[in-house]
Amino acid sequence: MIEFLQLKKNLKKDFGKYKQIKLSILGDSATQFLTQAVRGYGYEVGLNIEIRESDYNQIDSQILNPGSELYQYNPDYTLIYISSHKLLQLYNNTKVEERSMFVMKQADYIDNLISTLQSNIFSKIIIYNFNEINDYVFGNYSTITESSFIFQLRRLNMMLMENISKRKGCYIGDISSIQNNLGKKTFFSTSTYINADMLISIEALPFVAKCTVDIICAAQGMLKKCIILDLDNTLWGGIIGDDGIEKIQIGHLGIGKAFTEFQHWIKKLKERGIIVAICSKNTEEIAKEPFISHPDMVLRMEDIAVFVANWNNKADNIRYIQRILNIGFDSMVFLDDNPFERNIVRANIPEICVPELPEDPSDYLEYLYELNLFETVSHSAEDGERTKQYQVEAQRVQNRDKFTNEDDYLASLEMVSQVAPFNQYNIPRVAQLSQRSNQFNLTTIRYSESDIEKISQSREYVPFTFTLDDKYGDNGLIAVVILKTVNTDELYIETWIMSCRVLKRGMENFVLNTIMAYASSHKYKVVTGKYIPTAKNGLVKDHYKELGFVEKDGLWSLETKNYINRKCYINQNYYDRCRNYFKGNK
Amino acid sequence: MTDAEIILKEINEIFIDVLDNDAIVLTTETTSDDIEDWDSLTHIQLVVAIEKHFKLKFTAQEIRSWSNVGEMIEAIINKSKTAI
Repeated sequence: MIEFLQLKKNLKKDFGKYKQIKLSILGDSATQFLTQAVRGYGYEVGLNIEIRESDYNQIDSQILNPGSELYQYNPDYTLIYISSHKLLQLYNNTKVEERSMFVMKQADYIDNLISTLQSNIFSKIIIYNFNEINDYVFGNYSTITESSFIFQLRRLNMMLMENISKRKGCYIGDISSIQNNLGKKTFFSTSTYINADMLISIEALPFVAKCTVDIICAAQGMLKKCIILDLDNTLWGGIIGDDGIEKIQIGHLGIGKAFTEFQHWIKKLKERGIIVAICSKNTEEIAKEPFISHPDMVLRMEDIAVFVANWNNKADNIRYIQRILNIGFDSMVFLDDNPFERNIVRANIPEICVPELPEDPSDYLEYLYELNLFETVSHSAEDGERTKQYQVEAQRVQNRDKFTNEDDYLASLEMVSQVAPFNQYNIPRVAQLSQRSNQFNLTTIRYSESDIEKISQSREYVPFTFTLDDKYGDNGLIAVVILKTVNTDELYIETWIMSCRVLKRGMENFVLNTIMAYASSHKYKVVTGKYIPTAKNGLVKDHYKELGFVEKDGLWSLETKNYINRKCYINQNYYDRCRNYFKGNK
Repeated sequence: MTDAEIILKEINEIFIDVLDNDAIVLTTETTSDDIEDWDSLTHIQLVVAIEKHFKLKFTAQEIRSWSNVGEMIEAIINKSKTAI
């Protein structure tokens, strides 16, 4: 771990290039060093964390007074640090007969602070939990004595978890775990406490700063989404190509135990929604064999989103994995026991996170625990389904490589698109697509949900949505077209958006065929459209030209007369109500 | 060089490192008033660095008692003796 002194030296560096985050720190002990450590650690991850530190022991007055500096500062994040020592002092001053109920009041007090804060400003909240202090007044018996301090403290930690898990935008910084990992002797220094009223030792500060900044990073969307794993001596002991499936080390004996536990950890990450990919120098069939038939393997083929085993260099293979997953390199972690491979990957893809795995496989897990790479600020049950979606995408990409002829490939996909107007089910997705699509977006008009609703009720507009389903799976709603009636002869394409997930499938031909069919059945003579350039939509610069439109003064037009349907391999599946579009008269 | 001179040199290095200031030159008479940034907070940091370097531990009271660098050195020498 980086030392406090280094974090402090970071404070003199140039933060100007980094994103600015406003943090307020409220503590009941001296927090100057903590403030320096958090800001210094922010530099390490590329955040300019501007910190406003409240005066000593001002938690209540800052939060309960609506005119306080806290509210004037209006921070993005507020850190609340109520220390176990101050809790102990309160406990010491509590009447003996009230001690069994001591933390009930504390939990209410904290809950009230958070409610008040959240009702006043939009700040996200981080609160530290309580590192354990056992006063041993009851010895080990304190663990079964409700009125003992440790009993109360542990209960408070539990209540904190339960209360805060029900809230939004509020997180716990688990400094209790940090003390467990470092040991109390390292976490807490009596002389630093006595002389400066600081309860976190200089040695422990970087760990506490990291835990705080980790939460901020996750809330800012700086997340790891994928873990890419080597096989030999990373996921199992030995070399599958040389030793064979009977000899690799995995299971309950010797070092095999370390690999089994490591695999369990990976499996839990996968179940949580982290994408697991394999990148190994091996012959593919041999590399897959343990996943299919070794009785002690924890990870199976269905846990792996993308499996790459070949003799190409790993940087190229990781780029291939990135293309399939379509996520940033900065959200990927690569684990490999071989320092040579790690360096090649680092040198070629600097954004990717490549931990320096310890030499001894039995140390892998402890080392990775400490890095806390997979911080998150949300979790939903669907997260675990992600692997399946990416497996489908990987199949599609691998399948494409098999076809030399593009048409054969497209025909093999058995694509079906459902065409529908706007309705209550697709309005949120339509609005989302209009707000998030930057590349395949001809005019980049952003619509809110209520805009979309208005359009769907207007007679002036003709909206279309398109889904795309193929033999590998459903892509959902992936294109939106909004047509506007200019006059009885002209229909103008106000918006044409497509998700980049479905590029190169002939979807644009299918969409145009649909538009032209509508236009000619409603006796329009011409369909027009514009390309409005932005920094990001260069992809569709020649869109209308390629589809046969003719340009005049920036307006592209295509006549309905003589339009011949463009080639595409997508079958239509009309939504019932949509048929009316094609039947009705103007 | 005497023990005291060696220790003075070593803690001078620690001061330079912790206070991030190459210009610091300590004598036995130097007090916190003479050095920019040497306040009650950085004092804690200095003490922790000195404890780590000399592998010893001061009592909370000792840390508060020194009035100049000379007394600090004296404490280090005494501690080292008892440690041996």
